[in-house]
Amino acid sequence: MSKKYYVVHASYNDDEVLMDAVKTVRAADHEIEEIYTPFPVHGLDKAMGLKSTRIAIASFLFGVTGLLTAMWLTKYTMIQDWPQDFGGKPNGTYPQNMLSFVTILFELTVFFAAHLMVITFYLRSRLWPWKKAENPYPSTTDDTFVVELEVTENLEEVQSLLKKTGATEINVTEKIDTEDYE
Amino acid sequence: MSHYESPYREPLILGKKSYHDISVDIARPIETRANKNWWIAFTIALLAFLWGIGAITYTIATGIGTWGLNKNIGWAWDITNFVWWVGIGHAGTLISAVLLLFRQEWRMAINRSAEAMTIFAVFQAGLFPLIHMGRIWDGYFTLPIPNQFGSLWVNFNSPLLWDVFAISTYLSVSLVFWWTGLLPDFAMIRDRAIRPFQKKIYSLLSFGWTGRAKDWQRFEEVSLVLAGLATPLVLSVHTIVSMDFATSINPGWHSTIFPPYFVAGAIFSGFAMVQTLLGIMRKVTHLENYITRKHIENMNMVILLTGGIVATAYLTEFFIGWYTGSPYENYTYMSVGAATGPYWWAFWSLILFNIIIPQFLWFKKVRTSFIWSFVISIAINIGMWFERFDIIAIVLSKGHLPSSWGRFEPTFVDIGIFIGTLGFFFVLFLLYARTFPVIAQAEVKTILKKTGQYHKNLRDTSHE
Repeated sequence: MSKKYYVVHASYNDDEVLMDAVKTVRAADHEIEEIYTPFPVHGLDKAMGLKSTRIAIASFLFGVTGLLTAMWLTKYTMIQDWPQDFGGKPNGTYPQNMLSFVTILFELTVFFAAHLMVITFYLRSRLWPWKKAENPYPSTTDDTFVVELEVTENLEEVQSLLKKTGATEINVTEKIDTEDYE
Repeated sequence: MSHYESPYREPLILGKKSYHDISVDIARPIETRANKNWWIAFTIALLAFLWGIGAITYTIATGIGTWGLNKNIGWAWDITNFVWWVGIGHAGTLISAVLLLFRQEWRMAINRSAEAMTIFAVFQAGLFPLIHMGRIWDGYFTLPIPNQFGSLWVNFNSPLLWDVFAISTYLSVSLVFWWTGLLPDFAMIRDRAIRPFQKKIYSLLSFGWTGRAKDWQRFEEVSLVLAGLATPLVLSVHTIVSMDFATSINPGWHSTIFPPYFVAGAIFSGFAMVQTLLGIMRKVTHLENYITRKHIENMNMVILLTGGIVATAYLTEFFIGWYTGSPYENYTYMSVGAATGPYWWAFWSLILFNIIIPQFLWFKKVRTSFIWSFVISIAINIGMWFERFDIIAIVLSKGHLPSSWGRFEPTFVDIGIFIGTLGFFFVLFLLYARTFPVIAQAEVKTILKKTGQYHKNLRDTSHE
């Protein structure tokens, strides 16, 4: 059996109206599929029930990786593989020499933490060149805030609720879920 | 009321603007044709760039002997320009990172252009050490990669190598910081574009940004963490550049105040360059409502502060040099010897452009005037160039051994390469100003209701 459902796009033209609308819709026990906004609306993630992002933790771990890499690199090249004697100050042990490597340790820590975090962000949010944009209307990057809902029943009730929250436009597309059909 | 801000704070966005108006204003320079002035400026910059390419080609084909260096002065013009450009490249990340951590909202109108300037300036800076290697194709020797010469590694004890790591980290991190911030703005241009070619280009550049709530949540977190990482990074870069000098044993260079003083000088010169560029850009692109008198004044206050730190450092250097009683110290760049010797003009240029002229910014009339800010910013650009020239050329011209004292005179090749980098910088900046959203419009929209003049007036008159 294929399952029929509706994708509802409600447009708003103000971030404060949007915030109130999101709270109302959530209070009425409807799950919000997605929200498209032209700029970051503060507190929206909490209002729509998104979990907070763990990307900062990832960045910290990448930074630790960078630090360890830099420690290995400086130790291997300067202490182990080819120890040198600069002005009567031989490269004896790592702890004795580490002070002059601090800048390298710092730079590589930052390098790893920053770049790997950004790469993680791009991959997780599916952003890369040649990626096709999937926003429902072009104006969502300009001044329109769009709430996307998936509704299986009581479509009219949802529509009237959205209208009450101040939506300027409501679009409904009918979709057929083919996943369990095959 | 969630957007309340004290009426005593001046608005950062003038006029009656809606979210859509902001998009239109920021997209206008991209969607309209370039005017005559742009073409004139671009042609001049391109010619300068081509002259620079000629000078670089001549240097690489013939050798470093084409420069004015001699046995005594092994580096002068190139390292001066290197440090000057790196210093200019400090304002962008300072504005976008440090001011983000301090929640300074005025940064939003200027961070994009300041970051662009940073990246373009660091490009120019990177050229000089590469060319000075003589064999530019061996530039990869600075990287710790396994090679065919046995276990020949780079020297991690050397400040010159620290520079390689610091500057490449700084350049690449600034670039991704800049680009990540650009994604929503490129997406805005993409969704407005009518011509198919333009749409294609901006789709490519915007990485398919759609503005989903989860993406914005990650975007903000990434921006914050990047700012946290870039803040110590930007301070480290010029610290390390100063160590090129400070870790040597030359009188005048061997100085422990170099790192903080160089960092302050870098911010000083970087803000001056931002002021120079934005002074012109706000007029040309008609963005006077976004880059306001308040922005200019705030930048001037940062210039005044960092300029004060720099001036204090000069005085400290002068005093300590004199107080040591060492005859060597009498010929350092901050000494009686420098002020009266053959480089007196360079010494007094530094004092005039870097210490005396910026003091006019204490007057509110000057600080809030676009013309005077522009004039003073040019003076600081010149003054900061002389600072580096003085530190390098004056100090090296009179070393420990009087028999090897000599002077540095730049050749036409030296000057040609410098003018070439100026041309290259302006070529990049002029192209940027016509193809990139020059203001972070998505961020500006978040503060519209809070600091927009219209919204502020509405609030202040509606209650009580």
